[in-house]
Amino acid sequence: MIDVRQVTRYFGRVKAVDQVTFQVEKGEILGFLGPNAAGKTTTMRILTTFLPATKGTATVAGFDVHTQSMEVRKRIGYMPENPPLYHEMRVRDYIDFVAAIKGVDPRDRKRAVAETMDKTGIAHVSDRVIKTLSKGYKQRVGIAQALVHNPDVLILDEPTVGLDPKQIIEVRELIKNLAGNHTIILSTHILPEVSMTCQRVMIIDHGRIVAEDRPENLTRGLTGSHRIGVVVKGPKKEIQSKLSALKTVSQVITSETEKDSDTHHFLLESVADEEIRPQVAKSVIENGWELYEIKPEDLSLEDVFLHLTTKE
Amino acid sequence: MRNYWTIVTRELKSYFSSPIAYVVIGLFLAISGVFFYLLITSFVQLCMRADVQAQMYRMAPPKLNINMMAIRPLFHNMSMFALFFMPLITMRLYADEKRSGTIELLLTSPVTNLQHILGKFSAAAILYLFMLLFTFVYMLLLFIFGNPELGPIMTGYLGLFLLGLCYIAFGIFFSTLTDNQLIAAISTMVFILFFYVVGWLSGLVGPFLGQFVEKLSVIEYFNDFSKGIFDTQNVIFYLSFIFMGLFLSFISIESARWRGR
Ligand SMILES: Nc1ncnc2c1ncn2[C@@H]1O[C@H](COP(=O)(O)OP(=O)(O)O)[C@@H](O)[C@H]1O
Ligand SMILES: [Mg+2]
Repeated sequence: MIDVRQVTRYFGRVKAVDQVTFQVEKGEILGFLGPNAAGKTTTMRILTTFLPATKGTATVAGFDVHTQSMEVRKRIGYMPENPPLYHEMRVRDYIDFVAAIKGVDPRDRKRAVAETMDKTGIAHVSDRVIKTLSKGYKQRVGIAQALVHNPDVLILDEPTVGLDPKQIIEVRELIKNLAGNHTIILSTHILPEVSMTCQRVMIIDHGRIVAEDRPENLTRGLTGSHRIGVVVKGPKKEIQSKLSALKTVSQVITSETEKDSDTHHFLLESVADEEIRPQVAKSVIENGWELYEIKPEDLSLEDVFLHLTTKE
Repeated sequence: MRNYWTIVTRELKSYFSSPIAYVVIGLFLAISGVFFYLLITSFVQLCMRADVQAQMYRMAPPKLNINMMAIRPLFHNMSMFALFFMPLITMRLYADEKRSGTIELLLTSPVTNLQHILGKFSAAAILYLFMLLFTFVYMLLLFIFGNPELGPIMTGYLGLFLLGLCYIAFGIFFSTLTDNQLIAAISTMVFILFFYVVGWLSGLVGPFLGQFVEKLSVIEYFNDFSKGIFDTQNVIFYLSFIFMGLFLSFISIESARWRGR
């Protein structure tokens, strides 16, 4: 659905996007993750035909963003970082205006506008003037605007930025409900957001793609091994040596003892891609120690992110 | 074509949902009204004095021409007011879209630059046309109480309309250059004022350059219209001026895309 090849964009001397190449399949949700000024917005602006690329090509639904920009525009719904709202208009009039310039057939327009307002939960404010709406509702109107012509591709630039926690959850739910019918690219600098909404993540830093995978694969760690945390009561030395002797455990990374007690927290790492929890549990029980807790301790996306975007 | 009308309608609605359009139209009509009143009363006084003099010298009273002595100065005044008011109408057209970010919607929708430039231009032109139509009420009063010539009034209005379209075209151009409405309005006024005073400058730069400089003076062309002379050359001058403004707007929008605004 989206095919980006070697796209580079300069602003004067600043290289905002640097030889970016990626593809997005139909129906997929791709997350752009990166710190501020990483080049997320610029990449999205190139895809939406708002900005031309300095080098490279990009196609959306088979149409080139530069030479066939009108065709691309018909198939893209775009919500920029700041929702592009005409504040003096009423919600319904605004959505209707967008439907008109997006080329929705005049006979279908009324229905398309009503449906979109229902889907995004703004039907009950449809007669309000946009500037009187709360930030969360403005954001929804922004999303409705991107949806009204039922585009193949949705591009959402930091759709939850500046919202309060309740609104953030609502907007994320909304986006998840849109998945399947649309191919979606969304950008964010909030890490948990991508694991919650996206099937695939691209980490961008200084205009380059530094990692690209499913969120769970990225968090599995860069070595491919799992980590688990175990809390056991018993003799520390003995436990540690028994656990590290297990075939599938490659090492005990850390061990800590709770203050004034016999309870120890171990962090274990598995060999390659092995599931080690059953064996660890069995070994603890067989030796007659008390097992309090056992849980996966994969790298958080934060760890991956910091690892990839911090330079030594 | 449908996109064009969609833009025209939205812009017109937007004008009437903000106070600025009402304030500008209101002030334009009020100031034009005051000048109309002043010009007419002084014309009437002049007529009465001429009558008294004629009786004293036992002569037939002279026929004073209301077109030349009242309506023509009124047209000149109105062209000056429009210079200050039209930039206030056009300043928001692109600058505000840039400030609020709606430009990203406009320029990622399947609407061509030509469609939205002409759409915005037409919306401002329609607003201006309404302003002029309202002032026509003043002229109707003259027809009720006197007998002015219709011809010069019509060419005067045509000239005023074309002149206003020039202001609009360049107002749009300056609006594409900034996201600050005030800067857009002030640069438009300064720019057009320059074309006004260029006529006076033509005397200073010597006869050879002067003949070219004179050609640039917007007001030179308006003189003919206000006198009742319809000359296609003058129309062509205004049309090329308008074309220039719209063309520069087009270039400015395109180059902003490449620069990254
Ligand atoms: N219009 C512009 N003019 C000049 N530099 C820009 C412009 N837009 C973005 N940049 C620069 O390009 C880089 C990437 O910006 P951006 O794509 O907005 O990053 P992000 O959306 O990831 O925060 C930044 O260094 C930014 O300063
Ligand atoms: Mg951004």
